[in-house]
Amino acid sequence: MTDQSKTDNPLSSSVVTEQTRLRNARISLLAPGMLTIICIGIMPLSIVLVYSFLQPGDFGGVSWVMSFDAYVQLLFERDIFDETLSFTTDYLEIFFRSVSLGLFTTVTCLLVGFPTAYFIATQPPARRNAWLFLITIPFWTNLLIRTYAMLLILRDQGMINLTLIEIGLIERAIPMLYTDFAVCLGLVYAYLPFMVLPIYASLEKLDFRLVEASYDLYATRFKVLQRIIIPLAKPGIAAGCILVMIPSLGAYITPALLGGGKSLMIGNLIELQFGQARNWPFGSAIALVLMVLVMLSLMAYLRSGASKGAPGHG
Amino acid sequence: MSDRTATIAIDIRETSKIYGRDRTTGVVALDQVSLAIDDNEFFTLLGPSGCGKTTLLRLIAGFEQPTQGEILLFGEHLEGLPPHKRPVNTVFQHYALFPHMTVAQNISFGLEMLGMGDAQIATTVKEVLGLVQMEHLADRKTDQLSGGQQQRVALARALAPRPKVLLLDEPLSALDFKLRKEMQVELKRLQTETGITFIFVTHDQEEALTMSDRVAVMRDGLILQVGDPREIYDRPARRFVADFIGDINILRGKVLSREGQQAQVQLNAGHHGKAGLPIDASNLANEVSVAIRPEQLSFVDSVDNAQLSGTVQQISYFGSGFDYHINIPSGETIMLRLANRSSEHRSYAVGDQAHISIGDGAMQILAD
Repeated sequence: MTDQSKTDNPLSSSVVTEQTRLRNARISLLAPGMLTIICIGIMPLSIVLVYSFLQPGDFGGVSWVMSFDAYVQLLFERDIFDETLSFTTDYLEIFFRSVSLGLFTTVTCLLVGFPTAYFIATQPPARRNAWLFLITIPFWTNLLIRTYAMLLILRDQGMINLTLIEIGLIERAIPMLYTDFAVCLGLVYAYLPFMVLPIYASLEKLDFRLVEASYDLYATRFKVLQRIIIPLAKPGIAAGCILVMIPSLGAYITPALLGGGKSLMIGNLIELQFGQARNWPFGSAIALVLMVLVMLSLMAYLRSGASKGAPGHG
Repeated sequence: MSDRTATIAIDIRETSKIYGRDRTTGVVALDQVSLAIDDNEFFTLLGPSGCGKTTLLRLIAGFEQPTQGEILLFGEHLEGLPPHKRPVNTVFQHYALFPHMTVAQNISFGLEMLGMGDAQIATTVKEVLGLVQMEHLADRKTDQLSGGQQQRVALARALAPRPKVLLLDEPLSALDFKLRKEMQVELKRLQTETGITFIFVTHDQEEALTMSDRVAVMRDGLILQVGDPREIYDRPARRFVADFIGDINILRGKVLSREGQQAQVQLNAGHHGKAGLPIDASNLANEVSVAIRPEQLSFVDSVDNAQLSGTVQQISYFGSGFDYHINIPSGETIMLRLANRSSEHRSYAVGDQAHISIGDGAMQILAD
């Protein structure tokens, strides 16, 4: 017995030191990544969270007094004279407009992006990269510049109106700039590649022998699309929709330039609070509410996907 | 087996398929092939890869259009009909099961597309699942199945709509040896039970011989020989057919005289005797190839009863028998196959002198 314990001890202690060595190595290797995530992800978010529960400072910034005013302000208006609260839909309308414009943008991107992705995925492999390259070209130019270019196309003396007047189709310029249409067009233009690329990625992996098999089993072209191609491309479609919907909800430049500040979107509202309105807590509260809404809808989506059983391995 | 006066299920008339612009610059996958496949027949297209057998199958299914010629299904022209309008189903080489559907959903897909009612679909799916012995796995996702089970689902899916012709594109090639053997028996049983015409594509000569009523041997877009398995094995028409199917000895010889279906041949190795003539013997040269199956040869004790003699060069054992490779005086090597039965077996060692007898009717002249 004693003999055995003698031989056991050095062995187990060497295992322990080996384990601590491994753990230290793991921690030091993970450290840079963790530090980055904390600095650029968690810390700014915590600041926003804390600020949303404070009171606005007189000249911007915050005064360190705990308050729920920022959240109350989203739904209620405080009377200037007697401080009574009355329900207001002003901000809800802005939320609603942003969400519906975001949805419209996403659907338009999907309707344009899916056929585009399908077209690229069915090209010979050598040509696919060339097409993908073309899709990504707009990214090389700054979004602001591209949005200004869109402005030049859409305005009353812009390309579209001048051409239509020139060929005599219309007599007076159609006002297109500073409308929801212009904002939506701008958003679709800006975010279309985010729809095309993930859908392409899942269509490219699609086994086209399955398409052949379904033709063989009496499916028409439409049925093949509905029953085989779209269900199998669903992960890509979902990723594309998320990637388009989320940035369009918070879009700032496009609605500011193409919407002309006439119709406020959430992004502009937040910017306004941090700028002219000097109400940082309210801006923080709006940003957090938007984030929570997005997170809740994503979780709902994931849960519905999990209960149905995730399609395929793609 | 098959009745030659039966209705013709698939009639292929001088059909060619050329990939590319024309015959000289493109690839000729099928070269003016004509073939009639009977109703209720298990018909096999056999050949090495690139021989055009899969192309022919795809032409029948409608995935490709012929460059020339026409294909008739029970007397009706298939030209211009897309795959979903042809009463023909395919079992694909890699099954192509829909990964986002269960086994039952895979099988009901074709039935739904045909507009069958829900109740009828349910009974048909159940019936077909029973046919392939997969009832217990109806609600599984297809990626949870083994290769053999996937194979059965693919079969069930293609059989469920009761196609007039079932096309099978090397369906057994992805299975391991034992499972392949089982499925061969299974396929033959399914064909007999359903009475559907099966057109089976394979490069495996053993598969072709075990299951088929008739076999067409193909090479370079041409059909070299069509016949029942015995005909193909015992009376190969061409050197390629003989070589491709089973093991065979090919010896050189001269035709001395002809008499009907047979000829007197003088082998370069010495022996002369009767040999079968190929079906088309019209432009046969004087110098010919003579084929002898290794199992038609046997050892004899005395030189008087022997037709050939030589030295044992190599012996290979494969469980159910032995292959003896014997050098004969003409410089050729001949293979003799002995079944592993103790009563018949007389052991020879490498270097021994051996006397060989050629069985009656074992020699077959081949057209090159």
